[in-house]
Amino acid sequence: MTNNKSLKSVLRWFDPRKRDTGTWAFTLNRITALGLTFYLYLHLIVLRKLAQGPVAFDSFITLAKSPLYIIGELLVIVAVLLHGLNGLRVTLTSFGIAVPYQKQMFYGLVLLVVVGSLIFAIRMFSV
Amino acid sequence: MNSKKWTVTYIIHRQKADEEKHFDRFTLEVSPDEFVLDGIERIWAYQDRSLTFRHACHHSTCGACGMLVNGVEKLTCITAIRDVTQDGGTIRVEPLHNFPVVSDLVVDLAPLYARMDEVNAPTVMPVSSLPDSAGGIDGTPEPPKFDNEPILRLIDCIECGLCISACPVQASNPDYLGPAIIAAAHLHDLGKDTELCNLLEGEDGVWRCHSAFECTAVCPSNVEPAWRIMEVRKEMVKLNFQKLLHSE
Repeated sequence: MTNNKSLKSVLRWFDPRKRDTGTWAFTLNRITALGLTFYLYLHLIVLRKLAQGPVAFDSFITLAKSPLYIIGELLVIVAVLLHGLNGLRVTLTSFGIAVPYQKQMFYGLVLLVVVGSLIFAIRMFSV
Repeated sequence: MNSKKWTVTYIIHRQKADEEKHFDRFTLEVSPDEFVLDGIERIWAYQDRSLTFRHACHHSTCGACGMLVNGVEKLTCITAIRDVTQDGGTIRVEPLHNFPVVSDLVVDLAPLYARMDEVNAPTVMPVSSLPDSAGGIDGTPEPPKFDNEPILRLIDCIECGLCISACPVQASNPDYLGPAIIAAAHLHDLGKDTELCNLLEGEDGVWRCHSAFECTAVCPSNVEPAWRIMEVRKEMVKLNFQKLLHSE
């Protein structure tokens, strides 16, 4: 309740150490949100290649097949799964549904993210 | 009980008016079964009389001794030393977050009390003030009721401020009402209190919570502020739907 809206206060959002499960979910939601926003702009920049003709786009496609790029895409998938599923958890609890089970829901969704990401990873790297 | 003494070092936040904050180290012998507050009191008694901290009841009723112990909000009177350190280890003690520091470990909780008044939080009810039908002090007093349900949990709120300190939203938005205050508002019949509803539905009200659930994690009285915030939201949605239906 101090009037000091310092950067340090906001940085506490990103420091879940010694905190409970809910804060880890809160922090991961913010990190993935920032990551996905950054990706959206990156995506729009890449789409500009289409307007620069087939040669420019083909050279980008070659780059997109590199392992480093695929790892980047995989991170996007992890972020989408985590942010989306946690969003459902927050929506449910926000309306008073399953609030006492918010921790269990988070553990469950992390499991789904791990399984989902592994499936995507296997498919992406085996192409 | 273990009679073996531990040597622990308290690393204590120091900050007097207008001074830059710093940390002082105090090493002392303690019983691991003592509480963190016992060590702080001993430091004050034998090592540094200028150390300021709040304490009163020593049994988690008054809510005065809330501090950060190794980075986590605790009532120091019920936090055993063995639970937060080891023999030869350290205990870092700091004032609560999100409140102005008055001196060393003392914060100004006045904003919390003022906001509790804003939502007409029920004050502590002495047994003698209960209705005669409850049998007075010699009988078994009936707890106050809301909707025929006994109000048991929120009376446990000791207004210690731990939930406010732990809330990440409060950290970045000091105007947010905060967990303890919304939990107190949950006691009221919101359908009959338009002013309170407007406050809760405002920009810094119940929808500002971002579901970190840290308030419930640190609450020493099992008030479960996070659950109450969600219940208030549910009530708000219900009331808004009713308003919508009646306006047609």
